[in-house]
Amino acid sequence: MSEPFPVFDVLVAGGGNAAMCAALGARESGATVVVAECAPQHMRAGNSRHARNFRCMHASPTSVLTDAYTEEEYFNDLLQVTSGQTDEELARLLIRSSPECFAWMTQHGVRFQPSLTGTLQLGRTNAFFLGGGKALVNTYYAIAEKLGIRVLYNAEVTALRMSGARFESATVSVDGSPVEIRAKALVAASGGFEANLEWLSEAWGEAAKNFIIRGTPYNRGKVLRLLLDHGADHVGDPSQCHAIALDARAPKFDGGIVTRLDTLPLGIVVNQRGQRFYDEGEDLWPKRYAIWGRLIAQQPDQIAYSIVDSKTAGMVMPSAFPAFEARTIRELAGLLTLCADTLDATVDRFNRSCVDGSFDHTRLDNCHTRGLSPDKTHWALKLDSPPFFGYPLRPGITFTYLGLKVNRCGQVILKDGQPAPNVFAAGEIMAGNILGQGYLAGIGMTIGTVFGRIAGGGAASATQ
Amino acid sequence: MQPSSPLIQEGPVHEGERLLRLCNACRYCEGFCAVFPAMERRSKFSAADVNYLANLCHNCGECFYACPYTPPHEYALNLPKVLAEIRVESYARSAFPRSFSLAHRSSTLIISALVAIAIAVMAAIAAAFGGFASTGADFYAVIPHRAMFVTLGLVFVLAAIAMLVAFFRFWHDAIRVPIEAAPLIVSLEDTLRLTNLNGPRRWFHHATFYGFLLCFASTCVAAFYHSVLGWRAPYPYCSVPVILGTLGGIGLLAGPAGLFWLKRKRDPALDDLNPRDFGDSFIVLLLLASFTGLLLLALRETAAMSWLLIVHLGVVLALFASLPYGKFMHGKFRFAALLRNAFEQSRYTAIERQGTEPK
Repeated sequence: MSEPFPVFDVLVAGGGNAAMCAALGARESGATVVVAECAPQHMRAGNSRHARNFRCMHASPTSVLTDAYTEEEYFNDLLQVTSGQTDEELARLLIRSSPECFAWMTQHGVRFQPSLTGTLQLGRTNAFFLGGGKALVNTYYAIAEKLGIRVLYNAEVTALRMSGARFESATVSVDGSPVEIRAKALVAASGGFEANLEWLSEAWGEAAKNFIIRGTPYNRGKVLRLLLDHGADHVGDPSQCHAIALDARAPKFDGGIVTRLDTLPLGIVVNQRGQRFYDEGEDLWPKRYAIWGRLIAQQPDQIAYSIVDSKTAGMVMPSAFPAFEARTIRELAGLLTLCADTLDATVDRFNRSCVDGSFDHTRLDNCHTRGLSPDKTHWALKLDSPPFFGYPLRPGITFTYLGLKVNRCGQVILKDGQPAPNVFAAGEIMAGNILGQGYLAGIGMTIGTVFGRIAGGGAASATQ
Repeated sequence: MQPSSPLIQEGPVHEGERLLRLCNACRYCEGFCAVFPAMERRSKFSAADVNYLANLCHNCGECFYACPYTPPHEYALNLPKVLAEIRVESYARSAFPRSFSLAHRSSTLIISALVAIAIAVMAAIAAAFGGFASTGADFYAVIPHRAMFVTLGLVFVLAAIAMLVAFFRFWHDAIRVPIEAAPLIVSLEDTLRLTNLNGPRRWFHHATFYGFLLCFASTCVAAFYHSVLGWRAPYPYCSVPVILGTLGGIGLLAGPAGLFWLKRKRDPALDDLNPRDFGDSFIVLLLLASFTGLLLLALRETAAMSWLLIVHLGVVLALFASLPYGKFMHGKFRFAALLRNAFEQSRYTAIERQGTEPK
């Protein structure tokens, strides 16, 4: 052990939005605070770096939000995406606290902007951060420095010492050397375990090695595991994660939003054998894009290919990697390393099955196939207008659902049903209480901000 | 597996195309400045597009700090730095003649030599046609009016021709939009009000720009007095040329000094340009010109007048000669980029993401 640290009032494990809201909340309540962020400084803030908006209830238009978004509507949206897997008490607390958090963020210098081009449907419900989540968290780090919050980078919590339900101290590996940090309260705000491929393979087996992790490589679930091992109760299905279709050329970690592809519903999706395997036109893309990670994970070698032609290629937002482009399907098959005969046959069969209709990719149109297995039920246009474009696809993991059960004070609940008096959780590590499945755009940041502030305030009170 | 070939093969413009493609798939920064909305109007970027977007960027750095993909991330995305490199490239490519451009060489030595030569030329003119005696603010006794007019006028006309050629080269490379009244008015307003700049940089830039214009106006009024009205310098302290020149001189002291100070405070990550003194040499020339001009005004009745005049005119001569080859050109290029931006704004909207939710 190297030089001893002073005893802090609050130790915050993590360095993203929830962690910084907790740290600021605790410091502004008078507590001394140390933040242990396991990433180096340039990678600080976990998946908040990739976030971009905050879902906020409001009764009337604000600087950036249009119209109104009531508690009931917000709650119903949540019920719908989670199929009811939400803790109503916590969910309503979240929703009711969101406007006050919006004001708190503005007071702390967070800058918002009207909803981004192409996301106008979110302009009523979601406040966008000017410059995105990294800009947001930069603001919090700058305030933390002014307020004298101690921030440790490359600081991974590797062990917790508890006396019964009480947190005593944590062993933190700082730049590789272990130090004992004692604090009167702990806030666990260190995210999920989506970057821990070994953990993912517990549920997914060998397939997990072909997963691409969309965000930070530092969400390895260490603190989550430690607290579960110390008797914390869990929420959420341990085998579930939010998984979408990504460009297979994306980096293994941290490729961010730019690697996502929206071409899938506009053409066909085939697997390595050149065969279609699911209805690409099942429902509107916003409602279906998050099933494709799982679908591709179930295909051989966890790879698939989205193929469109020149009629529809320009209808989606450009993505980071240029498409493979060819004058014929056979040539495209060669570029994508697929069997030309099979792909040609698949496209031929698809084209012959398309029923004429009036194409409209913004609604459930009447262009479909007849007699295919599986059929494409909407937006089925013949692939007959070269050039043809192909994108390789992999499952891209956004986040995991397994988390710590908490109460409305943000306290971690133990398996005996009692809250740990000085252990709090905020952000993705407890999001499963509210988001049992699915996703609602911008709610992750709302959970982090609301429960970060609750946990920070609670931790500061727990020190008295 | 390698995707189909990119549009541009090499150099900073090639790197710019790569970065803009990434930025266009992200768009989190679209609220920061005009570059991002302009980027969103296209799905592919030609060399001309990259060049145009680079000259819309004011290098405020906001997008760099907000970006999760900056080095050492494997995307190695540093948009302001790469756009700055492309801008320097565009100054170099457009200069007339190209080999005179200061964009790719260390200009401190060249500018120092130029100033020395220009002062020597002025001193030689004084020796040949005037004299070195400082008699009661009589400038023309040191350098006769005709010699002053011919020397400065000739260099200025040559510089103006070089600037016009450079402007049209840049226009051809990056702009090429039809000129219409409404976009022209919008872009002129953007240029004259610096609507895309914020904070002290905007005010220092205003002081520099309008200081320069006031000094130029002072010179024109003085020329008019002399040639048309036959009124000989020196003009009284409350005359139009002296008031314009004094105000302009003060602006040209405060503005460039402020810009120089801001440049020293800048994060080197944003524009680690080679050469770094490209903008500095222009700022220093402006400062020298205003400082010697104001000093000349203050000491015009003293024995120092003749040499101060020679030095001041030498600095102004060097400034004129260097205008087409240095940082001065950025204003013209930016105006052209703003014009294209205003034209596009009047015509196109962004290519939109199909109504998808973010995560």
